[in-house]
Amino acid sequence: MTFVWGLLYGVGAVVLIAGGAVIGVWWERKVSARIQMRLGPQQIGPAGSLQMIADVPKLLFKEDVLPTAADKPIFRYAPLVVFAPIAASMAVIPFWNGWAPLDSTVGILFFLAVPSIGVIGILLSGWASHNTLATIGGLRAAAQMVSYEVPRSLAVLSVVVLAGSLRPTEIMGAWQWWWVPVTFLGFVVYLVSSIAEMNRGPFDLPEAESELVAGYFADYSGMRWAVFMMAEYGAMIVAALFGAAMFFGGFNWLPGVGGLAVFIGIATVIITAIMWAKWTFPRLRQDQLMTFCWTVLTPMAIVQLVIAGVVSLWL
Amino acid sequence: MIEPRETPDETVETAVDAVGVPDSAAAADDAAVAVTDPVAVEASLAGSVSVLEREGDRLVVNIGPSHPSTHGVCRVLVELDGEIITNAEPIIGHLHRGIEKIAENRTYLQVVPLTDRLDYVGSMYANWAYCRAVERLAGIRVPERAEYIRVIVCELQRIASHMMSIGSTGADTGATTAFMYSFWQREQVVDLFEQLCGARLTYNYVRPGGVAFDIPEGWVDRCRAFIAKHPDAMLEIDRLLFGNVICRARTKGIGVLDPDDAVAWGVTGPTARGSGVDWDLRRDDPYSVYPRFDFDVPLGERGDCYDRGRVRLFECIESCRIIGQALDQLAELEPGVIKADGLPRLLAPRPGDAYDHIESARGSLGVYLVSDGSVRPYRMKVRSPAFSNLAILPMLAKGHTLSDLVVILGSLDPVFGEVDR
Repeated sequence: MTFVWGLLYGVGAVVLIAGGAVIGVWWERKVSARIQMRLGPQQIGPAGSLQMIADVPKLLFKEDVLPTAADKPIFRYAPLVVFAPIAASMAVIPFWNGWAPLDSTVGILFFLAVPSIGVIGILLSGWASHNTLATIGGLRAAAQMVSYEVPRSLAVLSVVVLAGSLRPTEIMGAWQWWWVPVTFLGFVVYLVSSIAEMNRGPFDLPEAESELVAGYFADYSGMRWAVFMMAEYGAMIVAALFGAAMFFGGFNWLPGVGGLAVFIGIATVIITAIMWAKWTFPRLRQDQLMTFCWTVLTPMAIVQLVIAGVVSLWL
Repeated sequence: MIEPRETPDETVETAVDAVGVPDSAAAADDAAVAVTDPVAVEASLAGSVSVLEREGDRLVVNIGPSHPSTHGVCRVLVELDGEIITNAEPIIGHLHRGIEKIAENRTYLQVVPLTDRLDYVGSMYANWAYCRAVERLAGIRVPERAEYIRVIVCELQRIASHMMSIGSTGADTGATTAFMYSFWQREQVVDLFEQLCGARLTYNYVRPGGVAFDIPEGWVDRCRAFIAKHPDAMLEIDRLLFGNVICRARTKGIGVLDPDDAVAWGVTGPTARGSGVDWDLRRDDPYSVYPRFDFDVPLGERGDCYDRGRVRLFECIESCRIIGQALDQLAELEPGVIKADGLPRLLAPRPGDAYDHIESARGSLGVYLVSDGSVRPYRMKVRSPAFSNLAILPMLAKGHTLSDLVVILGSLDPVFGEVDR
């Protein structure tokens, strides 16, 4: 029975992320066009909203190029190692009052730990490509993603301290509106380190287009490349949903379906903010990235944790 | 934020070890041949875009010839220690077309389109530098109106060229929005050129003895409208790009060029002026009608990428001042006189040689011509500023990271049509 549920969940998560990526790509094109004084897609469908219907078949029919020097089995399956953990981490997000696909007592730990497996996939893809630029990209990703785990986990921990539970549904049940100002610093840390986790600009050093061409997925084409992109959009969606639930109370604002709409609305605003950051900021350098993580973000997260700890004494 | 030279990225270095670079004793055998001898390295790299060569922790990476940030077809052979560059050697010649040699088989007028292809981001400059050399060689006197038009189009070209450079500084650091903003400015200039001569990239507009066409109706107003808005747009880009905290961290203190080195290596233009070398041919070796204009020469202080970029930005604002004054003075001249009188169809200057140079967007651009009395130049040599500026790349890049290399290369603003010729 568990196996059937797992299978159903897997299909559901993939469909949700793929659908989210299709909408996300369109939305990002429109947002970036707005920022850059362009129009973005506008020919196919209203406001170019069906552009991805044209783009997805293009990716499906593209030749799947395997570099001669690549370590072929690893090269083939590395994208899945990147994608699967992200799809899995969606399981603990509390979509509804008292309900999450996987209502685990250590849900928060699950959410923070499982996406880190993706770093292995990135490292493997960079190494298996047998391409210097891809290797450097993979190594950069490894250093970056492992480091940014720390402030990200510490930021989420402040909510855990306030709620006194690691079960996401219980946290949602205990959530109060005044947690928003108390944990706002933690949300900022969470947002910044999540952007770094998903390797998006301004922290997209592993795929730095101007230096490493495309970094770890430089040699990928067609659908395998699309899986990497889907993982990136999936990470963005999952991080935004989780952030909206933990730091902004998710569905708690309104009863019933209205609550779900508010939840998704908050997540959309967070996703737009992530896109806004990418299209505004230049890229950091590797050493600056590390210094930023350890001397700015981590202390900020610790300060947030202390605030949450002091506040929780009065709870 | 932080000094790049003091903080080698140890995390990445150790990661290299962990993934499986062989120990130095085992690697020494094949690496001793490979890395120390550049010819052997090139031979080993010939087959693919980039392969792995190891000498201890040393990594040889090919940036280019086809790469988003080489601004054309340049190949930079980079030797990396972790992410720190220990050596960067630009390998040029991928865009060599032998323009100087082809010129020997063409008449003086037929060479003008060839000069368009030298610096394809600033074609007007090469046109003008060549035409000045021809005019000096043949003793042609250019009418005043043509000189004014030349100054106007070349200052517009300076704006267009600097917009390319500033925009790609943005693109190199990952700020694609700054790229789009500055390209919108370039686009407006290119539109003006299109109305003027029909071409958007290779204009073939400045000809020996004058210019090809007179200014069309309404063009002056459009030009005035552009230069009225352009300085504000420049200040906006200044805030957006150079005012950004990440961009400052990426460009300040990166690729510092000493003024003495700049002079010793023959670096000119905004690249040298970013280091505080106060040298601008428009003011220091005045040509054409430049002495009649009031303008300033922006100078940098530290000589890093940040200063070089901002010098270009403020040069654009100065160019607007020059264009405004030139348009005012042009209005008082008789229209239609744009070519020297009595110019023969086929120029055949007396035997001799001539050299003339102008201040292009990249520095001092000179053309040397030798005539043997025939209708074709006996020899043409272009002194291209981009070539001289590129030569300092290994010196600037050493000790910085791979990410900084593309920023440094962009700040030198090389155009490979002019480097390789």
